[in-house]
Amino acid sequence: MKAFASAALALLLAGLAAVLAWTVTRPVTPGRDVPALIAGALDVSGVSHPVTAVLLNFRGYDTLLELVVLLIALAGVRCLAPLPPPRGSAPVGGVLRELASLLLPVLVLVAVYLLWAGATRPGGAFQGGALLAAAGILALLAGRDRFLWRLEHRLWPLACLGVAVFLAVAAGTLAAGGVLLGLPSAHAGTLILVIEGFALLSIAVTLVALFLGTGELEDRDP
Amino acid sequence: MTLLPLAPDVLLGVALLFTAWRALYTQALFPAVVFFVAFGMLLALAWMRLQAPDVALAEAAIGAGLTGALLMAAVARLRGRDEDRP
Repeated sequence: MKAFASAALALLLAGLAAVLAWTVTRPVTPGRDVPALIAGALDVSGVSHPVTAVLLNFRGYDTLLELVVLLIALAGVRCLAPLPPPRGSAPVGGVLRELASLLLPVLVLVAVYLLWAGATRPGGAFQGGALLAAAGILALLAGRDRFLWRLEHRLWPLACLGVAVFLAVAAGTLAAGGVLLGLPSAHAGTLILVIEGFALLSIAVTLVALFLGTGELEDRDP
Repeated sequence: MTLLPLAPDVLLGVALLFTAWRALYTQALFPAVVFFVAFGMLLALAWMRLQAPDVALAEAAIGAGLTGALLMAAVARLRGRDEDRP
């Protein structure tokens, strides 16, 4: 049985290698010049950074689904049976506490800046959200976990907010006679900022909840 | 002399392969996570060298930072479990 499985696996891998080899040897058909297309349409996208224009406007559907994937990941983790919290956590030292109080405002500011900068240069909601989540985790590690109490009661509304706003914008563009997520160029900049702002919040909340793992929000003493 | 500008990139590539290997094959979990975070930071540098600052930013924030924190939390929990056994 084991030999049979090995042979089947070998056959499968050989087939995959053959397909890959065949794909590589095929002549590349000259496709459309995508960078030029994006550069040409940048004026109607509402932002001046091509990466943000693709992520939030031209291929906004993909970004919406990325947010949904993050939400599903959170749902999956929260469905698992709660683990015992890590034991033997040492009392928080003064250095960490002081460093956190210095760094937290800076981290929040830089996260918001990354969101704002996404319109014109590298940045955006995912990077800003990750940084905001890092601020939340730093606050947790430094013992400043009173915000958890608020998070515990509003975890799902906050985590779903990004997707909800994105879907609302999508429905709005559809109802306004356009295509799904075809942002009108006059308001595209504002709409992208609104979508990214709520996405930033949801991403940060989701990542902090993922860090906490299963059930710890409920288990934690108030 | 023409190889001189190539040297940092080669060094980066070798360091990437080394940290990836150590992250995968280190027996103790905590050092493996440290190697993983180092790998993520080096990969962010590599993306910068490839002139992809957007990917570099995402890799540094999510790949190295948050995934590293998640793995550290997982290691802490696994350690707590191992102590439960007699």
